Amino acid sequence: MLTIQLVPYSELKGLDQEEKMLRILKIVKQDKLTILEGKLTPQEEALLIQKTMEEINKDFKGIEVCSMDYSSNGKQRWGEILWERIIGLLSSGRKGVTVIGPASIIKQIKRNPKKIEVLTSIRR
Amino acid sequence: MVGKIKRFFSSFFKIFKKKKSIRLGLYGPPNAGKTSIANKICMDWLGEEMGVVSEIPHETREINMKEHVEIKSDGKSLSFNLIDTPGIATKIDYEDFMKFKMSKIQAQERAKEATKGVIEAIKWLENVDCVITVLDSTQNPYSQVNITIIGNLAARDIPILIVGNKIDLRKSNLKRIQSAFPQYPVVGVSATTGENIEELYEKIFSMVK
Repeated sequence: MLTIQLVPYSELKGLDQEEKMLRILKIVKQDKLTILEGKLTPQEEALLIQKTMEEINKDFKGIEVCSMDYSSNGKQRWGEILWERIIGLLSSGRKGVTVIGPASIIKQIKRNPKKIEVLTSIRR
Repeated sequence: MVGKIKRFFSSFFKIFKKKKSIRLGLYGPPNAGKTSIANKICMDWLGEEMGVVSEIPHETREINMKEHVEIKSDGKSLSFNLIDTPGIATKIDYEDFMKFKMSKIQAQERAKEATKGVIEAIKWLENVDCVITVLDSTQNPYSQVNITIIGNLAARDIPILIVGNKIDLRKSNLKRIQSAFPQYPVVGVSATTGENIEELYEKIFSMVK
């Protein structure tokens, strides 16, 4: 069985970058597919990879990760643009989601490019 | 008068700025062909290879640097220090190495070294002036590792040239890389056959100037 945990942005808000990454990894290491509200910055993504590498051992093989921005690209009405800006401001410009899972369970997270597909290695 | 003085000092300092060696990094996921490209560049201009190439992922597990590589194109020359980095990955499973006839101990040791290599490669982002991001043109370019590497370089204002390697293979799809990263120059090459390598050198000049 695969457990999915949603981590709201507010849960990580007061933490520094390192604490944030360790908190995320702690959840992932419990074999949970973690859906993080908001996109990680490139620097945070790099730090997450560094911290993951430090944690790798015979039981923990690493992570699969995928960040996705859900800002629209097409033609928008002014109301939609305004709403998007407000959401952006409230989420500190972190519109989107980050999906992170343990590599032992998540075989691949495919971005295609506006869709996330999670392929697991769990057998029925 | 003030303008003249400013220009004088500006060009005076530029002389010293130019003397500093450019550090050109090769970044990318494992098995994209970073070391193969480094070897091709070094063979073409220094007459010697830079590192060992293997089909086993994470063959390069330490930062390798070749100093004073001088390339020439269209009568111009450019000197740089070439830095080959370990492939960046989000997962490393020692059991994957055992598929290449390694013992469990050897595989675990390689995995341990590979994790350190990834950390080093990320740390070295602070030490490069421009980067060739090497991607395997037969693979899906929309991977998080590719996006993270390019995102980090962009955040640091480091000039980027994307190289789609392995264009000699039937599954190669350079257009997919171009549509994944439309804001960056992309050049397709084959480090194995040397196909299109001249264009790579021209693009390196354009990136550095």
